[in-house]
Amino acid sequence: MFGKLTLDAIPLNEPIPLATVCFLIVGIVGILSLVTWKGWWPYLWREWITSTDHKRIGVMYVILALVMLLRGFADAIMMRAQLALAAGHAAGYLPPAHYNQIFSAHGTIMIFFVAMAFVIGLMNFVLPLQLGARDVAFPVLNSVGFWLTAAGVLLINVSLGVGEFARTGWLAYPPLSELAYSPGVGVDYYLWSLQISGLGTLLSGINLTTTILKLRAPGMSYGRMPVFCWTALASNLLIVAAFPILTATFSMLLLDRYLGFHFFTNDGGGNPMMYINLIWGWGHPEVYILILPAFGVFSEVISTFAGKPLFGYRSMVMATMAICVLSFMVWLHHFFTMGAGANVNAFFGIATMIIAVPTGVKVFNWLFTMYGGSIRFSAPVHWAIGFMITFVIGGMTGVLMAIPPADFVLHNSLFLIAHFHNVIIGGVLFGVMAGYTYWFPKAFGFKLHEGLGKAVFWCWFVGFYLAFMPLYALGLMGATRRMQHYANPTWQPLMIVALGGAVIILFGILLTIVQLVVSIRSRERRRDLTGDPWNGRTLEWSISSPPPVWNFALLPTVSGPDAFWNAKRHPGTPGAAPPLVSLFVPKHSALGFFLAFFSVIFGFSMIWHIWWLAIVGLLGAITVSLRHAWQTELEDTISVATIDDHERFHHSQVARA
Amino acid sequence: MNKTGAHFSALCAAITLVEGCSYGVLNPKGPVGADEKVILFDATATMLTVVIPVIVCTLAFAWWFRARNPRAERRPDWQYSGRIEFVTWCIPAMIILFLGGMTWIGSHDLDPHKALRSAVRPVEIEVVSLDWKWLFIYPQERIATVNELVIPVNAPVHFTLTSGSVMNSFFIPQLGSQIYTMAGMVTQLNLLASTAGTYPGLSAQFSGDGFSDMRFDLKAVPEEEYRAWLISTHTNTEQLNAARYEKLAGPSHHDEPTTFGQVTPGLFDRIVTSPGLAIGSAPTSARIGGRSP
Repeated sequence: MFGKLTLDAIPLNEPIPLATVCFLIVGIVGILSLVTWKGWWPYLWREWITSTDHKRIGVMYVILALVMLLRGFADAIMMRAQLALAAGHAAGYLPPAHYNQIFSAHGTIMIFFVAMAFVIGLMNFVLPLQLGARDVAFPVLNSVGFWLTAAGVLLINVSLGVGEFARTGWLAYPPLSELAYSPGVGVDYYLWSLQISGLGTLLSGINLTTTILKLRAPGMSYGRMPVFCWTALASNLLIVAAFPILTATFSMLLLDRYLGFHFFTNDGGGNPMMYINLIWGWGHPEVYILILPAFGVFSEVISTFAGKPLFGYRSMVMATMAICVLSFMVWLHHFFTMGAGANVNAFFGIATMIIAVPTGVKVFNWLFTMYGGSIRFSAPVHWAIGFMITFVIGGMTGVLMAIPPADFVLHNSLFLIAHFHNVIIGGVLFGVMAGYTYWFPKAFGFKLHEGLGKAVFWCWFVGFYLAFMPLYALGLMGATRRMQHYANPTWQPLMIVALGGAVIILFGILLTIVQLVVSIRSRERRRDLTGDPWNGRTLEWSISSPPPVWNFALLPTVSGPDAFWNAKRHPGTPGAAPPLVSLFVPKHSALGFFLAFFSVIFGFSMIWHIWWLAIVGLLGAITVSLRHAWQTELEDTISVATIDDHERFHHSQVARA
Repeated sequence: MNKTGAHFSALCAAITLVEGCSYGVLNPKGPVGADEKVILFDATATMLTVVIPVIVCTLAFAWWFRARNPRAERRPDWQYSGRIEFVTWCIPAMIILFLGGMTWIGSHDLDPHKALRSAVRPVEIEVVSLDWKWLFIYPQERIATVNELVIPVNAPVHFTLTSGSVMNSFFIPQLGSQIYTMAGMVTQLNLLASTAGTYPGLSAQFSGDGFSDMRFDLKAVPEEEYRAWLISTHTNTEQLNAARYEKLAGPSHHDEPTTFGQVTPGLFDRIVTSPGLAIGSAPTSARIGGRSP
């Protein structure tokens, strides 16, 4: 009846997960009862859960990412504490079985549910506004994409309390992840939660690519698109090309685990290295999926706060697209130590280094964007400058490891860990935090607390260096990744410094929450009435904050890259605007929510081999999809009066400010 | 600027500390590791010639062009300069051209397959990674050891590697290059210890619960001492045959070093051709599909 699921699946004898789960359950029940008691359900259901508005969906992605950042960081600080303790003969406080789950969960959550969710959330929110579009190309699909991601998040967190998570590392290399060596449900939790959320990401990628290609405002040729849109285009093209590889690879591993296939097994003619090639065929483009939009954010931030157009726009675009193409040609550098020949290794090493050329050009262009500017040191600029300093160091260590003979001694060491945190924290995280601070007033109509924002930056900046510079040194000293304890006691002081760094980052994360609470409480003072709090350059700043559901009452006509900046400099005659017309916006849709609901049921029952329930989940998902397919009324009409009211109100606000 | 400077000097200090007293890759004891260290340093130095000026310029530009600096000359519409763009593409391209050359030559010179130049005949050692220990077979001597590797100093060693279980990576940081061990596949590695001593070895690829204890000591000893060790090991009556191997291959943690005075010839090849041999010893008896013939 319940497949492999018994009461033993609940970790009653393991205090740490048990306490976490109890805490989580209390928290969730608390929030749900608060919502019920306050009577917020109808509002939440109507305005958020079933929303097809790209801005709302973007905000929900970012909230999801911030919540998962707490989970992923809890894992991180537990690992750092374990390694600060477990020197010499000490075993630390986390046994291998638990420690191995923690580092696997940390990587999986941070990449798929923090970095990806944050980046997709920002793109979702910003793209249509920058493009001068009224929504994304497929609003309901957008909602489905978000909810499938949320379904993956839910499944991965259920593994805390029911069963276990994978103990294989975040990419679940076979044969370790095969049934013979990982017979438990951990790898199945990993696979199903990523299959479901991966589908969501693919849908989102298709949606955003189409949006950029088809929904640009009149006059916005490719050469006039803001650079963030270009980086988002590259990123979404990579999603569309790379995520199917991930899905296919995981499907093969699932066939191995569920139906006795031998794609990647040791026996029966399987080849584990094929998985490793395939997973990095997705995995390497994935890092560019994350970093390219971050580059876009920095381009916007530096240009806006220097009060200058971006230096070398064409170079920037070419560099972005060059990285987009090259990122598919370098996957083998993740396993130079596989024993391929010198020619193969040298080819992939050099291909990898070539990516440093367009990346270097970008850094120079940001430098020259600052040159001759008039830089306001807002919190987003702090992130941008912190990024430029930190990222060049990470890029340097990356190129170092692209040299095969150097990689032979650095591969899988803590040096590697330091390198990719150097680019992912210093690049992606700094980027999304800059974007979060920069676009927050657009989303909510008030600015975040500036001083606290800078404090958050300094915590992350200092914390990052303290946490990861020792790891570079430890890697050179021969310390490898994923070890649960180590014999060499001389490593311990550096491990303790790294823990100190993690604690400082913890303060940064706590201050993010404090900043949010303080800013919301004092929002009346922080109100931005103009819709253009930073003296922005692109179209999103030309409308009210928060923007109305329909974004633009009249689609703007674009005549250059910094469309809004040009419009501010050369204002047209006010009477010339064409008359308003009524607009259609997509109706709310519960399809995404119900698909996610049935996906969770399907995923959970597949993990536990509850076949009848899996069929129920699958049929449920098919039924709600079919029901949606027969829907005929898909749009709501917004009357001219409503639009006109909003426009008048916005203009009066601008006049007041 | 002070902050970055401080971080950087801290990093340098840490590296110097490592240099002096550690078992790391910056303290190589053989030609492979020494060459790799040179590449590490040369490549880092080459890149620092750009990285340091970029960091300095970032801070300098940001500070000089701050909004409150009355002396800074503003150029709010300056967005293109063909000459500067040409230079910005050329600088990283030249660096990469140089490093690319280094990569091509280095990849070939330090190819793990490549035999090391030496007047001495190489010592053959077969390496099998198991859950969670290392088995070393000396096919020429027909002896084997677990978690202990003894080699003569200044003689090239040719390792032939596979796995009886999941994937691992065989790595002795002070001798240089690591290489994966994979079931059903054979990799090659050539190393040489030029100084006598004991150097830690480990698995650098996560392989499950006992991974952290998958360590061994490599003892590089003078030729006579090596001969003596071989003779004393031969007197050991413990035999490594298929049955003993099956037992050994079962999962175990923190195995003490042991030796076998006799090894069934061809055992390594049998492990390679039927990696299923070790599958019965996986943490569970759950096994789907057949064993390979």
